[in-house]
Amino acid sequence: MRAGIVVFPGINRERDMAIALARSTGRQPRMIWHAETDLAGLDLVVLPGGFSHGDYLRCGAMAARSPVMAAVRAHAERGGYVLGVCNGFQILTEAGLLPGALLRNASLRFLAMDCHLRVERSDTAFTCRYQRGQVFRAPMAHGDGNYFADPETLDRLEGEGLVAFRYATPSGEPTAEANRNGSARSIAGVLSPDLRTLGVMPHPEDMVDPLLGGEDGKPLFDALAELAA
Amino acid sequence: MKAIVTVMLKPGVLDPQGRAIGHALAGLGFDGIGEVRAGKVIELELAESDPAQARLRAEEMARRLLANTVIESFRVNLEG
Repeated sequence: MRAGIVVFPGINRERDMAIALARSTGRQPRMIWHAETDLAGLDLVVLPGGFSHGDYLRCGAMAARSPVMAAVRAHAERGGYVLGVCNGFQILTEAGLLPGALLRNASLRFLAMDCHLRVERSDTAFTCRYQRGQVFRAPMAHGDGNYFADPETLDRLEGEGLVAFRYATPSGEPTAEANRNGSARSIAGVLSPDLRTLGVMPHPEDMVDPLLGGEDGKPLFDALAELAA
Repeated sequence: MKAIVTVMLKPGVLDPQGRAIGHALAGLGFDGIGEVRAGKVIELELAESDPAQARLRAEEMARRLLANTVIESFRVNLEG
């Protein structure tokens, strides 16, 4: 499996992502500067977390319109896999590759803490190493993670099974308390209709080593390692 | 010609910033305040001198970058 990580100015989680991918796939991902447009040979393109372009205007707004994104769109259209984490999720929604938007956290507070995610389906390339209903821990670090979409879009996402993860209690209940950023229907991760693009707000790449406090995020990268192996 | 683009969250989209401003104003003793909404104002200096063309260009910029029409609406006012 060949992965690439897009580096936008102001991104800061690209090395964490590279460590997580290398750990599971056994090969170093290619780092792709945001001005590049050639993604040939890649199975997976990752948009990592951080604060691209200083979050100016809106989180991800500038990055979504940078040269590499036309290539990311083409990669997705030809069936390539795309993973966006945190700012990467925001960029995917700004680019229209995933529906909805990430608004300011309902509490207005920047949230830097662990959360628990419930896996809503386990038959995707991203989640097949988890069980449906399984809960795993992941760190989050964002000021704008409050997932929003209009009710029709939310109903469509639910109806088509495109919600990947929900914020939940450790026992798997999607309570209001567990949904700290106020996301609509506790949505923490969204899939594209072809199940090949995933956006997720928390950081599974920062939970792939016992030294980081756990390996809860590792199944996601182990699953991706099997892509076109 | 200057185009002034005002971007606001659409009605129904939660605006916690506006709400916090409202709470702070109430804390200062201002009463009778209903809902408070916060937005952005972007001023564009355009080389265009024809108002109709300037408006079209500013609206195109708003649709493509300045506003995220999933969550925001915009309006364009011209000056000069």
